Amino acid sequence: MVNVIWAALIFIAIGYSLITGNIEVINNGILTHATTGINLILEMMPLMILWTGIMKIAEVSGLLNVFARVLNPILSKLFPSLPKEHKALGYIASNVGANMLGLGSAATPFGLKAMEELQKDNPCKDTATEAMITFLVLNTGGVTLIPTTVISLRLINGSVNPTEIIITSILATSVSSFAGLFLDYMIRRKKR
Amino acid sequence: MNTISKVIIPLFVLIIILYGVKKKVNVYDTFLEGAKEGLIMVFHITPTIMAMVFAVNLFLDSNFLEAALSFVKPLFKLINVPMDILPMALLRPISGTASMAIMNDIFINFGPDSFIGRLASTLQGCTDTTIYVLALYFGSIKITKTRYSLPVGLFADLMGIIAAFIITFIFFG
Repeated sequence: MVNVIWAALIFIAIGYSLITGNIEVINNGILTHATTGINLILEMMPLMILWTGIMKIAEVSGLLNVFARVLNPILSKLFPSLPKEHKALGYIASNVGANMLGLGSAATPFGLKAMEELQKDNPCKDTATEAMITFLVLNTGGVTLIPTTVISLRLINGSVNPTEIIITSILATSVSSFAGLFLDYMIRRKKR
Repeated sequence: MNTISKVIIPLFVLIIILYGVKKKVNVYDTFLEGAKEGLIMVFHITPTIMAMVFAVNLFLDSNFLEAALSFVKPLFKLINVPMDILPMALLRPISGTASMAIMNDIFINFGPDSFIGRLASTLQGCTDTTIYVLALYFGSIKITKTRYSLPVGLFADLMGIIAAFIITFIFFG
């Protein structure tokens, strides 16, 4: 699926630019976007390494299990295929928690760790499991309670009440997450 | 609100290390072990990020989206959707940076407290960049068969976008 999207983006970009005579821009783009990509990686790398280090302490000390146990009533409903003490659950709980608080830089390493743990007992290594898909739906739904970047941009642009959009954002994000989880649930149920 | 978010991370780190010390974990060595895993993780996701950034940015450079949208303009005018929000709604699942940039343009042109400004703010906060997240997370563990994940993710985005329109209208319309 990602395969098709990736190819389509590039076909459209180059094909359309050839037709409109805008190929100069694409030519420059091909040469510069690799640097853009590397810059993005360099930006996220320090915090990735830091958070995986800190979270390893939480994992070994058993604190991650405590997080997972607190959220267990919800998590066990969302992830029926995972046993209660599964390592991934602690990371999933941390990922969702960090996302809610708007700590995107911490959420990503937790999420990647969760996927790594889920992959460990995946019988078919190139195929996504149900738990992985549910987790990603939960993750891309983006349950952000306080959209910090949006608020600061509103403030910079002279908003009288920069935080007034918090409530509308929470409502919209709830609809999105709920719709995603519901569809995911229906698909899983149909498969059985 | 700001003070809370400033205290959360230090507190979180403090609690983890305190709990580790209390449980007699060798916190320093464990940190190094985890950090090493993190480094390997970065190594694994580097090709994925490069691939996505490259394709998405080329697509944005080509201006194809603006051209394609000019065809559907009249349709959306009929149901009273402000046109300038469409590129943002379409880009939201593909690129967070691109949709953020459009949101900022909307703030500059119409003001953050205009209807479209509030709509853009809600839209930016209501969902994450689905395609990027899927590529990154599946790419990191080399999953190629993503099954029904993309349709479900995009369905959630679509519902979020529709909800953002309706909710902004109810609150500020």
